[in-house]
Amino acid sequence: MNALKNSFRELVRYPSAVVGLVVILFLLVISIYALATIPYNEAVRLWRGGEDVWYQNPKYAPPAWFNVFSSKKEPVSFFVSSANGSMTKTVTPGAQGSSTVDINYSFDYSYDGYPQEMILYFTTKFSEKLPFVSVSWITPDGRKIRIADMAVDRKQTYRFSQDPRLQKRLKTDNAVMLIQALFVDPKAKNPLPIKGQYQLVITGTTFEAGSDIDAEFVFHGQLYGWAGTDLYRRDLLLPLLWGTPVALAFGLIAALGTSLLTMIIAAVGSWYGGWLDELIQRITEINLVLPFLAILIMVGTFYSRSIWVILGVTVLLSIFSGQIKTYRAIFLQSKESPYIEAARAYGASNVRIIFSYLIPRMIPLLIPALVSSVPSFVFLEASLAVLGLGDPVLPTWGKIIENAFADGALYSGRYYWVLEPAVLLMLTGLGFAMLGFALDRIFNPRLRDI
Amino acid sequence: MAAETLTTPAPSSPTTRKSLANSTFARVARYSALRLVTMIVTVTIGVYLTIMIANMGGYVDTIMRNEIRDNTTQSFLANPAFRNLDPVVRQKLIQAKIASQEERLGLNKPFAVRSINYLRNALTLNLGRATNMTSDQGSKEVRLILLERLPATLLLTGSSELILFFASVFIALSLSRKYGSFLDKLTIAFSPTSAAPPWFYGIFFILIFAAILKVLPFGGLVDSPPPDNTVDYGLSVLKHLILPASAVIVSSIFLSIYNWRTFFLIYSSEDYVEMAKAKGLPPRDVERRYILRPTMPTIVTNFALLVITLWTGFTITETVFLWPGLGITLFRAIGFYDTPVIVGSTIIYAYLLAITVFLLDFVYALVDPRVKVGGN
Repeated sequence: MNALKNSFRELVRYPSAVVGLVVILFLLVISIYALATIPYNEAVRLWRGGEDVWYQNPKYAPPAWFNVFSSKKEPVSFFVSSANGSMTKTVTPGAQGSSTVDINYSFDYSYDGYPQEMILYFTTKFSEKLPFVSVSWITPDGRKIRIADMAVDRKQTYRFSQDPRLQKRLKTDNAVMLIQALFVDPKAKNPLPIKGQYQLVITGTTFEAGSDIDAEFVFHGQLYGWAGTDLYRRDLLLPLLWGTPVALAFGLIAALGTSLLTMIIAAVGSWYGGWLDELIQRITEINLVLPFLAILIMVGTFYSRSIWVILGVTVLLSIFSGQIKTYRAIFLQSKESPYIEAARAYGASNVRIIFSYLIPRMIPLLIPALVSSVPSFVFLEASLAVLGLGDPVLPTWGKIIENAFADGALYSGRYYWVLEPAVLLMLTGLGFAMLGFALDRIFNPRLRDI
Repeated sequence: MAAETLTTPAPSSPTTRKSLANSTFARVARYSALRLVTMIVTVTIGVYLTIMIANMGGYVDTIMRNEIRDNTTQSFLANPAFRNLDPVVRQKLIQAKIASQEERLGLNKPFAVRSINYLRNALTLNLGRATNMTSDQGSKEVRLILLERLPATLLLTGSSELILFFASVFIALSLSRKYGSFLDKLTIAFSPTSAAPPWFYGIFFILIFAAILKVLPFGGLVDSPPPDNTVDYGLSVLKHLILPASAVIVSSIFLSIYNWRTFFLIYSSEDYVEMAKAKGLPPRDVERRYILRPTMPTIVTNFALLVITLWTGFTITETVFLWPGLGITLFRAIGFYDTPVIVGSTIIYAYLLAITVFLLDFVYALVDPRVKVGGN
């Protein structure tokens, strides 16, 4: 215990170790937060859900904080609904069971750009007669633009930019211009969006008792949330958050499994010697001939892309590496040490000698190697994902990069899409590598002066 | 004269010398033979394992059989010439065609037999024909498919790895001379950056130099359309080479320098080096005779292992940069379930590795007088 405390005190003396520890702690906090707030099933649903889950988000939207660093402010996405009270809704009963439903929403618009799209989702209740709505749009300078008048079915979607009648009324040629026309001052010389309060007014009429109208207003801005969205309108925050525990789990389990098993096998082999040692050596040599990445790709293509299968194969292929020979050479030396002799003299069993005497002596060597090998496994998982062999269900960092690459994000200037997961990957890699470096210097005094 | 006394043979009877030579020869021969046998067994087992994995223990056969049945049936149904044929006759024709296709691919024999055939062909470097892939020239010969991609891979791996190796050894050597300097500390500080693989740096390089600065191409081997004359073609290839090669170099140069530097420092703190310095030998001589000489086996091993990894290519870096090399070919071969190409690529690597490891023992004995081939 004391030794542990001492090593920790020594560790804190290295700035790189402190930075590494802080980074790892930060990643652990993200992981715990992600696992606690988004359960596994919810994460998978949000990641693979489909248009029903993602319809509220714009496509290809950079994160909202881009506005802080840019002089041209782009609109940020939002959505409101009368069902949950974020849009004001008043129902006035009329004659013969009919009623008037007024749904209003006003919002401040102080951006220099235009939104991608505006959509209204109506949900109505009726038995025979369809309710009727008229939608209008009031600009800050007081103009009232009639958007649409229509009878609405139980579920109906109205996309502002796709309405040919509105197109004609606003005298615009295409969807982009239509949306712009709703925001600019028609008399101004250089068209810029008018800043101020816009109002969406929906006036509905129902014709039956028990009939009702609810509306959801989805405003697809140019920016979205903390991390932006991808080509499927998915919120990238989810894979960024959930990718953290996945990457850490993969890296740590693979590193721990590989280094522990390598050490145990090397210890057993060099302790018993004979045919067992010979067999372990031969397996190591055969393993060196096998193409590591190609086998992983084959396993991913032919058998299973589940992250756990890949993890198992990775560990299996990494156990019998060149490291086993290094450990074996050291074990062969310490096998002859007096303290082992003493253990033998008092009649310690083979298992006891291996696990209580041989291996503990090697822990100083094991720990730095273990910590330093975490990044390579984290990146391995990302690499497989970049090749399209990532876990089909889990949201991971590598999957974001793969999607971004497949969609040509770098060609089309959507750098945030690649950079966000890349920065997290780099952080993870640097964090463990820096800690591993410091540990290496502490546990291998030979390096300390150099 | 002094030289003459040195060259006069030591007074020993010729018979003992002969037996000594004999025993050395016998020892080397016995050791080499043993080593060779283990190598061959190792390679055989390794390649057989690869064959089993590449065939999913025979499951790929089922996939291929289904594919043949589907394609043949489809092509018969789509062909108007067969449309008016009696269904029974047509079925017979289809079955005959499927059987001949299966025979062509050897699917009519049980997998166990075929896997042994694969192994024999692989070990004799009879790489055979690909099942699905073709080279750009249209050949199905595995040898040609691999050879066609070899120059691109060797260009990328060769240029980057060689620069990486020699740059890091020489920089490390000069850093070890003045360790503790600012540059030395900078290298140590940067060495954790090598935690990321080349493709990762590749992404950043593409972003900076291709997307933002627009000075270098995003990927590929040459401009499209390729320039007509050789000089322009070469320059174009060179321009495309810069980003992937620097990604490979940058991704590991700092760690590589750090490792070599530490390695040289450990050797230069040996007592005999201190002794040489105390004697007043010039630093160059100390470096050459007392530091480089004992570290030679390690340098040679590293270099030899590096040379054989050149063959495998960088699958993911090639994918990211759309570099038409062997790595990307292997990846595509796996996607096509193309066992002959996978096995062909593996066997060549296995042979190169085995031969290198075998030769290294002798190289050690050459560069390090303390090492005796087959000695304990």
